[in-house]
Amino acid sequence: MHEMSLAEGILQLIEDSARQQSFARVSTVWLEIGQLAGVEVEAMKFCFDVVTRDSLADGARLEIIALPGTGWCMQCSMTVPMTEVFGECPQCGSHQLHVTGGTEMRVKELEVA
Amino acid sequence: MCTTCGCGAGEVKIDGEHAHHEHDHVHADGTTHKHDHDHDHDHEHAAAAAHEHPHAHAHPHSYAPAHSHAPGVSTKRMVQIEQDILSKNNAYAAENRQHLVERGIFALNLVSSPGSGKTTLLVKTIEMLEGRQHVAVIEGDQQTSQDAERIRATGAPAIQINTGKGCHLDAHMVGRAMGKLELTEDSLLMIENVGNLVCPAAFDLGEAHKVVILSVTEGEDKPIKYPDMFRAATLMLMNKCDLLPHLTFSVPRAIEFARRVNPAIEVIEVSATTGQGMDAWLAWLECGAAAAAASKLVTVDALKRRIAELEARLPQGS
Repeated sequence: MHEMSLAEGILQLIEDSARQQSFARVSTVWLEIGQLAGVEVEAMKFCFDVVTRDSLADGARLEIIALPGTGWCMQCSMTVPMTEVFGECPQCGSHQLHVTGGTEMRVKELEVA
Repeated sequence: MCTTCGCGAGEVKIDGEHAHHEHDHVHADGTTHKHDHDHDHDHEHAAAAAHEHPHAHAHPHSYAPAHSHAPGVSTKRMVQIEQDILSKNNAYAAENRQHLVERGIFALNLVSSPGSGKTTLLVKTIEMLEGRQHVAVIEGDQQTSQDAERIRATGAPAIQINTGKGCHLDAHMVGRAMGKLELTEDSLLMIENVGNLVCPAAFDLGEAHKVVILSVTEGEDKPIKYPDMFRAATLMLMNKCDLLPHLTFSVPRAIEFARRVNPAIEVIEVSATTGQGMDAWLAWLECGAAAAAASKLVTVDALKRRIAELEARLPQGS
């Protein structure tokens, strides 16, 4: 996925929030990233550092909370864990899985000053 | 987007839009780059941050208010955000979608690798739909307006978006281009995305469906190599099927891989060169366009917006 655009999206959310909530510096950013969101954590950290240079989040720490991938198996009629988007059901081996969780890409909270 | 520093849609150009003013940015590490701005500048600055980029002109800065910054006193606090990273794009996409749905326009986001034959397929499609269906096109490429010119040669209106260093179209660019196209009601809007099987998957443009084009000269395992795109698409067009006799490409295997990622994906085999399969593709398009026109969302609010738009076009004083 495209970590540079995502990092830019994060900075926009931070800047919007700074305007609304009146803060001038961000020291830590918590992200929730689903296991199936296709986000490379290392690439994300690198891009975040580049994008936030000279901004109010310059030098901020990026904390990533990984959310597990889950899917609904149409054969088993139950929620099963998924580790990849095109994965198979660990119970029955079917590919008829509908992803129900793990595609999140969210800014959860900030530590600001 | 500028991949040097991530500084917004720096080099985006849309046909017919005035060149934006440019200015230099100098970063703390000494790197300098140029970019132009949209006309709403709001810059966020840390209150105490050294501010190094020289501006050739004045524009409003929204500073965070100078609240208690007494030395030695920690003012750290937590702020809950709970917002999707792509929420800005998604808000623009929702606006585009509403605009399209209210006018009964069937919009498709065409995605593929570079060289899959998207533009040729589009030209052929427009030629075959002539007199049956009104088509407008938004073309996305990093550079040049060659594709939009190829489309305009068919007589269909087309707008080129050059994304500069950006690798995908976003909903804001498409919204601006839609404004320039003066779309006809109950028509078809084809948005040809930048050739890239990765990034466009994440960016909703407000389309009814994504259509992924896979040419048979590519690997049949592309759907599992680039699953996000094939998962996001409603329809897969297998293009260049006239070349199958010369290749080892297995159509059933490619379909199996695509359905592994997206069990519901529809598949049509086509050849823009020989016209094979084009009837099925045109039928799919006309079916979608008819459904979009039939379910046109005529609400009171929509009518009010239309009246306001038309009134704005009236000459002043009449």
